[in-house]
Amino acid sequence: MDWQAIGLSLRLAILTTAILLIVGMPIAYWLTYSPRRWRFLVEAVVALPLVLPPTVLGFYVLLAIGPRSPVGAIYRVLTSGGLLPFSFPGLLVASVLYSLPFTVQPMAGAFAAVDRKLVEASWCLGVSRLATFRRIVVPLAVPGIVTGAILSFAHTMGEFGVVLMVGGNIAGVTRTVSISIYDQVQALDYTAAAETSLFLLALSFSVLALTYSLQRRIWAVWPTS
Amino acid sequence: MANELACACRKRLPSGLAVDAAFRLPLDRATVTVLFGPSGSGKTTLLRLLAGLERPDEGCVQFRDQTWFDSTRGVSLAPQLRRTGFLFQEYALFPHLTVRRNIEYAARDPRKASEWMSRFDLTWLSPRLPRSLSGGEQQRVALARALAAEPALLLLDEPLSALDSPTRGRLRQELRRELVESGIPSIIVTHDRIEAMALGDWMAVLIGGVVHQAGPIDEVFRHPANVQVAESVGVENVLPGEIVGRAEGLATVRVGGTRLECVDSGETGAVCVCIRAEDVTLAPGSAAVSSARNRLAGRIRSLVREGPLARVEVDCGFPLVAVVTAQSAGDLHLNPGDPVYAVVKATSVHLLPR
Repeated sequence: MDWQAIGLSLRLAILTTAILLIVGMPIAYWLTYSPRRWRFLVEAVVALPLVLPPTVLGFYVLLAIGPRSPVGAIYRVLTSGGLLPFSFPGLLVASVLYSLPFTVQPMAGAFAAVDRKLVEASWCLGVSRLATFRRIVVPLAVPGIVTGAILSFAHTMGEFGVVLMVGGNIAGVTRTVSISIYDQVQALDYTAAAETSLFLLALSFSVLALTYSLQRRIWAVWPTS
Repeated sequence: MANELACACRKRLPSGLAVDAAFRLPLDRATVTVLFGPSGSGKTTLLRLLAGLERPDEGCVQFRDQTWFDSTRGVSLAPQLRRTGFLFQEYALFPHLTVRRNIEYAARDPRKASEWMSRFDLTWLSPRLPRSLSGGEQQRVALARALAAEPALLLLDEPLSALDSPTRGRLRQELRRELVESGIPSIIVTHDRIEAMALGDWMAVLIGGVVHQAGPIDEVFRHPANVQVAESVGVENVLPGEIVGRAEGLATVRVGGTRLECVDSGETGAVCVCIRAEDVTLAPGSAAVSSARNRLAGRIRSLVREGPLARVEVDCGFPLVAVVTAQSAGDLHLNPGDPVYAVVKATSVHLLPR
C-alpha cells in the first residue's frame, strides 16, 4: 500500500478542513443573515464546485494561481520564488475551493435553523451581532458545523480530477491516494489497488459512522438544533 | 426632555396590514401599559418596531431624550443600543445554557446575576437547562434575564399566553407586582380583557394596525373613544370598581354609582369586578326578597334572542349583561325600556386586583 500517498491525503484533508472551517463560517454567516437581494449570486458561486467538472475547476485554478497571475505573483514574492502549481500549497488552495460547498451548505443550514428569536433576544440584551453569533448561533449549530467538516474531509480524501489538474502526480508532494490507486490500476497492479481502495472505503465508512453516532448525541443535548 | 415615549411610525407588512401607530406614553404615570387589541391587529409588530427588531417604513420613535428612529434624519438605533428588555411569547431562553448562564448572559457581573436569581427564587434551578423547566419557571427566568440587563423599557409579548390557565391566574398578579417593583416602564401585549385590567395602569388600543385610543385604563374602559374600541374592550361585565368597605367576610365595592356586595378576597383599593352574564338573574319589580345580596334596580336597554337564550343588557348605573333562557324572558314579559331588578349573588362577583 502507498502509505506515502495516504499520509499526504490525510494531511491535505485535515488542512483543507481546518481552513474551510475558518473561511466557511463567515460565508455561511453572510448567506444566513444578509439581505435577500444579492444572496442568490453568492449561493450560486459557492455551489458551483458541486456541478462543475473537476477538470474545469482545476483548469481555472491552475490559471488563477499560475506565476503570471496576481495570486501567483504575490505568492512568489512572499515565498521568494515559490510556485503554486504542482506544489502542496497549490493543491491546498484548489481543495479548499473544491470542498467549499460541502462546508458552507450544512453550516448555513444549521445557522438558519437556529431560532431567530434567540438571536433577537440576545441583541435586545445588548450583546453585539458578532458576540451573539459566537455565543448563541455557533453552539446551537454544532451538529451542522461538524457535518460540514466531516463532509469536506471525506470529499478531500477522495478528490481526483482537481488534484490531477493542479497538482499533477509528484510522489510525496502531490500524489494523493486516489491518484495512487489510478497509477496502480494503470500499472495493472490490482492487488495494491484493491488494498488501497479497501483502506479508503473502510476509512470513509468509519468517518461517516462516527459522524452519525456523534450527531445523535449532540442532538440529545441540544434538541433545538 | 419630556419623560415620555412618543411613537409615530408606519410600516406595511407583507400580509397587507399597515401598522400606523401614533401614541404618547407619559412614563411617570404609565408604569405598566397594556397594548390591547384583537389578534392580527399588529400588536407584536408594534412591539418589534419599538425594540428595533423591525424597521418602520417612515416616522419616528422618541424615548425620553433619545431618538430611536427618525426616517427624515436617517436615524435607526440598533436593538443593542435601545436597551429594551424584550420578553418573547415563548420566552426564547437559550436552550444550551443553564438557568444561571442564561441570567449571567444578560447581567453585567456574576454577583448581580446571583441577586436576580434569588430575587426571582431561581437559585435552586440554577444548574437546570430551560427545557426541563415548567412554563411558569421559564417565564420567571425570562423576566429575570430581561431585568438583569437593566433595560430602560420592558416589552412583553403576551407573557402569560404560553401558560396553562390556573398558572396564568396566579402569575398575573405576581407579574404585575414584579413590574411595578422594578420601576421600569413596561408595555405588555395582550388580547385578554381581564389580563389587561389586572396588569395595566395605562392602555393603548390597537385595531387594524391603528392606535385608536391611549390613556389611563379606567378611562378607556369607561369612556371608549369610539365604537371599535367599545367593541374590542367589549365590557361583558368586566367593570372597574373600588373597595369601599368590608364586614363579616363580605366586601362592598362601588361600581359607578352603585354598590355591590361580594365575598371578601382580601383585595383593597381599585379592583376589576367580573360578573359572568350567566350569573345575573332578572326579576320583575314585584319579586319577593331572595337570598341574593345584590338587587340592582335598572331598565332593560336591549334584548337579543340567541337561539334558546336571550341576552339582556340592563342599565343599572353601569351596563350589566345578563343571559337568561328565551323562555324566562317570555314568561317575565321582558321588553326594552321596562324596569327590572338584576340579581347577583355575592359569590358570583369576582374581584381582581388592579
